[in-house]
Amino acid sequence: MRIKLLPENPNYAFLSKRMIFYVFSSLLVASSIAMFSIKGLSYGIDFTGGIMIEVKMSEPDQIGSMRSTLSQLGLGAVELQEFGTSDDIMIRLQAQDGGEAANQAAVNAVKKALGDGVEYRRTELVGPKVSDELFLNGIYAVVSAIMAILIYIWFRFEWQFGLSAVVALAHDVISTIGVFSLIQHEFNLTTVAAVLTIAGYSINDTVVVFDRVRENLRKYKTMPMEQLLNQSVNETLSRTTMTSFTTLLALVALYYFGGEIIRDFAFAMIWGILIGTYSSICVAVPMLLHMSVERRSGEDDQQAQEQQS
Amino acid sequence: MLKIETWKLAVVGILCALGFAFAAPNLLSSEAVDGLPGFLPKSQISLGLDLQGGSHLLLEVEVGVVVKERLESLVDSIRTELRKERIIYGGLGATDSAVSVTIKDPAEAQKAYDTIRQLEVGYASDLADDGVITLTLTEQSLKERRVAAVEQSIEIVRRRIDPQGIKEPTIIRQGDDRILLQVPGEDDPEKLKKLLGQTAKLTFHLLDEKGSLADAMAGRVPPGSMLVPSIDEFDNRGAARMYLLKKRVSVSGDTLVSASLGFDQSSRPAVNFRLDAVGGKKFADITRANIGKPFAIVLDGKVISAPTIQGIIPGGSGQITSGTFTTESARELSLLLSAGALPAPLTVLEERSVGPGLGQDSVDAGKVASMVGLALVVVFMAIYYGRFGVYANVALLMNMVLIVAMLSAFGATLTLPGIAGIVLTIGMAVDANVLVFERIREELRTGRGVLSAVDQGYKLALSTIMDANITTLIAAVLLFAFGSGPVQGFAVTLAVGIISSMFTAIWVTRILISTWLRRTRPATLTI
Repeated sequence: MRIKLLPENPNYAFLSKRMIFYVFSSLLVASSIAMFSIKGLSYGIDFTGGIMIEVKMSEPDQIGSMRSTLSQLGLGAVELQEFGTSDDIMIRLQAQDGGEAANQAAVNAVKKALGDGVEYRRTELVGPKVSDELFLNGIYAVVSAIMAILIYIWFRFEWQFGLSAVVALAHDVISTIGVFSLIQHEFNLTTVAAVLTIAGYSINDTVVVFDRVRENLRKYKTMPMEQLLNQSVNETLSRTTMTSFTTLLALVALYYFGGEIIRDFAFAMIWGILIGTYSSICVAVPMLLHMSVERRSGEDDQQAQEQQS
Repeated sequence: MLKIETWKLAVVGILCALGFAFAAPNLLSSEAVDGLPGFLPKSQISLGLDLQGGSHLLLEVEVGVVVKERLESLVDSIRTELRKERIIYGGLGATDSAVSVTIKDPAEAQKAYDTIRQLEVGYASDLADDGVITLTLTEQSLKERRVAAVEQSIEIVRRRIDPQGIKEPTIIRQGDDRILLQVPGEDDPEKLKKLLGQTAKLTFHLLDEKGSLADAMAGRVPPGSMLVPSIDEFDNRGAARMYLLKKRVSVSGDTLVSASLGFDQSSRPAVNFRLDAVGGKKFADITRANIGKPFAIVLDGKVISAPTIQGIIPGGSGQITSGTFTTESARELSLLLSAGALPAPLTVLEERSVGPGLGQDSVDAGKVASMVGLALVVVFMAIYYGRFGVYANVALLMNMVLIVAMLSAFGATLTLPGIAGIVLTIGMAVDANVLVFERIREELRTGRGVLSAVDQGYKLALSTIMDANITTLIAAVLLFAFGSGPVQGFAVTLAVGIISSMFTAIWVTRILISTWLRRTRPATLTI
């Protein structure tokens, strides 16, 4: 007994609906940028510097009393949050004025105030020097990844493909940042890793469709471009949905069973797979229509045929 | 398609066998692994600090302090030298990387210049027309000093950590002036910071008994002397008692060869120490010449005690006593002293510690997530592609074995994001097979025969598989280059997973499928 995600020979008219996709994607990108400028991101201590302490209490629901204890220490804004369960509490302190030594003093003050009855699950303290470096490195990583992928696509395909792929890629990265800004989940080093992986995945998806477009350009030299693109998308559609689906299966397992620390990462990846799949089909491919892709001459066509057989 | 060259079969077989051999030790306890015969691989995947619990400290060596000390000692030698030569000077002092002095009498400037530039190497010297002599540390010697200070700090950190009975601490240099210290199993970084928080520089000084302590307290410290607070004596207002000491170091702690916990005559804890031959002789000379005078023991700029010299102390052995030593603090101090002084203070730039409970929880959660993810994908592939799906699943499981084998063989560290990378790979690894199978389906639809369709499917999908995987590899490489610790762990498992998935998805399934085709020679094929 087999199940099918799609009909045997899918023939959906993606290209004719491209205006809808353009409007949707433009709105998505615009609102992501707006969201980012208004609300910003909830940066983790990797990037802002500061202190994070995860404690497990012996009894549940002590967050209220803990809040009043810690707010009396004069350490600036103290943020408390239940982490998974009600006896697991995440304490966040802003970076202390006075640099490294002041941060040390703050950790000690918190530990002293909480006493011995708690289990310290995690303590992280990032000084201002390191957080600045991590932030810069994060930006370098994302920018250089996009550049390197662009260069690779440029090298393997014509520039029109490279440009379309990067537009789709930027679309995915920007909207991922927009989502993190909207839900104000912590944006830290692991999130940057997720963004980069999304970038890799999004391009991966796009490349598979572009490969088919290139092949069909050789095969059908007179077919109208729109029809050719639509056919290419449909021919690769079952692979695209299949791979996205198995990856989503694994990520959903990670989201539900991988533990609290990895949940934001899994969430970002799930979003990234969905948006990456959408953008390959609905952004990258239709973009090619406006890029005056060169069609091969009849001679090339014959060569291609010979090579295949 | 049906015939696969024997050498290819052999390569695939050998690689898979190696995979099992290298992955196997991870199933055994470490005791069982030790008992294996010598020719078998034994390395297991090492867990990152976030999975096994432990502390990670990024320390910065304040190299500026070392440079400053060197410059100040040069200032002292210049002062001594000029006085000896009876040359009148002014404006003697040190900046960040240079020492300068003004010679009042132009006639003596050249002589002074020649004397001063002989004192120490590694400086660029200059004599200006107005009699200002400047010695600037050259870029080269500045760098050498920095390197030496960091290397020495690492050595001292190691010597302080080692006696703690800590298993496999990692102490490595990072960048120009940083030290990364990772201690598995130690989830209380306080203990480590306490060990590293002191430079533990020990010096012995004579007291300046001619100078007036009251004058010095009022800001008139005689040249060549210094005010040093006591470590444990306080007046009734809580201010530390001050000592007026001669700046000159009578005996330096550099000459100390060992220190241990001891007890004084009234059985109170003390620190026994022994100096080397040079230090021992100096110590004997000083004590001989100063019987009846107090002798201050200074640790990191504070006076521990200033006992009166009772008699000559020959042989270089001595005892440090203090009213406030406990057995614990005396032992700690003796340990620090034996390890040696840090050339400069260490600052904690970054600290991350994970308790054993959280580490174990993360490992458990990672196992469950991988198993569930794997099960979902395997079941789905089998339902969706039938027999071919099962072949892809065999390749997927082989892929998992190879990932574990490679991580073990290369000594890679598995972190929590690394586990996420593996789970992600489970989902993405079947992609290559999906590409091939979809291609075969298409070729079958165009009316090709079974063998030719399978053959074309593999052939045509190959360039797509390469393109698609290379882009993900690019992302992984950059993540490794710019990421830190745990994120690098993710990059490693992702890259390893992609590489081994290309091998298993293309070669392992191909062998399985062609073997099946050869046996059954089906006339039709449904995937």
